[in-house]
Amino acid sequence: MLATRASRGIWLGPHPFLGMIGVLGDPRPATSLHAPDGLLSVPVALAMWAVTAAVLTVAVRQTNRTLDDRAIPLMGVMAAFIFAAQLFNFQVFGGTSGHLLGGVLAAVLLGPWAGTLVMACVVAVQALLFQDGGLVVLGANVFNMGVVGTLGGYGLYRAVATMLGGESRRRIPAASIAAWTAVVLGALSMSLQLAASGTTELAIALPVMVGVHVFIGVGEALITAAAIGFIAATRADLFALRDAVTPEVGA
Amino acid sequence: MSVERPSPTGPSPTGPSRPRSGRAWWIAALAIAALVVVAAAALASTDPDGLERVGADLGFLESARDSLFTILPDYTVPGIDDPVLSTVVAGLTGVVIVFLVMVGLGRVLRRRHER
Repeated sequence: MLATRASRGIWLGPHPFLGMIGVLGDPRPATSLHAPDGLLSVPVALAMWAVTAAVLTVAVRQTNRTLDDRAIPLMGVMAAFIFAAQLFNFQVFGGTSGHLLGGVLAAVLLGPWAGTLVMACVVAVQALLFQDGGLVVLGANVFNMGVVGTLGGYGLYRAVATMLGGESRRRIPAASIAAWTAVVLGALSMSLQLAASGTTELAIALPVMVGVHVFIGVGEALITAAAIGFIAATRADLFALRDAVTPEVGA
Repeated sequence: MSVERPSPTGPSPTGPSRPRSGRAWWIAALAIAALVVVAAAALASTDPDGLERVGADLGFLESARDSLFTILPDYTVPGIDDPVLSTVVAGLTGVVIVFLVMVGLGRVLRRRHER
């Protein structure tokens, strides 16, 4: 058993073609895979670390200024749910799976900055504890799977919601569109980093990466819509937490 | 006779109206996360995900490097042979850890703010 595990390696997972055979009920553990070390060149990985570190610095400052007390358990719950949902790889088509990223979901509930912290926490724990995603490329992984959704996807969410007639009435369609777009943009971002690293050519990587994630994005949109619909049905008051700013004391 | 009136404190007694107790909702939400872990361990597709598939097809996954250390590699607990149980235990550990880390970070940020 251990030998089998070891031979599977940390990142490789099941063979892409053998994987087509068994889907549901397959006893092998779910393998969610984030970019391992080695896929990006060191300069590209460090540049992405710098970008992510800068975003996280702003996120900490903004959260520090605005975090509502009552949002703290929601942050924990969002991190727990997104972590769990990322384990659940859903079938897309012929031998390929995808999983939730969750950036738009986190940002819709917590705002872009606290949402960014949630995504960074999830992706960092996955890398440190579960060896899912490398440490050198952690900055890139947090950016592609988190920041793209929590900043870019959230901006799109607000714009679409306004266009459709107001956030409170059009939360689910706006979040679905933003969630789908964030996954495709994340794939685009990853393709650019792979190309900049010389790992593969952009003309080759871009169409396949985006092509696959166009479908994975549908799953992202569905799960995001379901989660927001569930919260709307059970605890709609939570939506107000995002914009509730804790009053300044001193400072 | 339905309980329409929201009570500001304490849980509302019955009915499908929204639960008033915050704590009960968090516990329920964590239970949902735990259920997702169990469902994932038993049912999730083991096919390669988007990036992994593209990497395999284009041949660049070969440049991936193994981690320098392993703790719960690949969402398994070393020593638990049953693959579903192994992933359930590893996944639940992760759910608890990210929840605690996030709540801890939230409290730190909140506390600094109060200063």
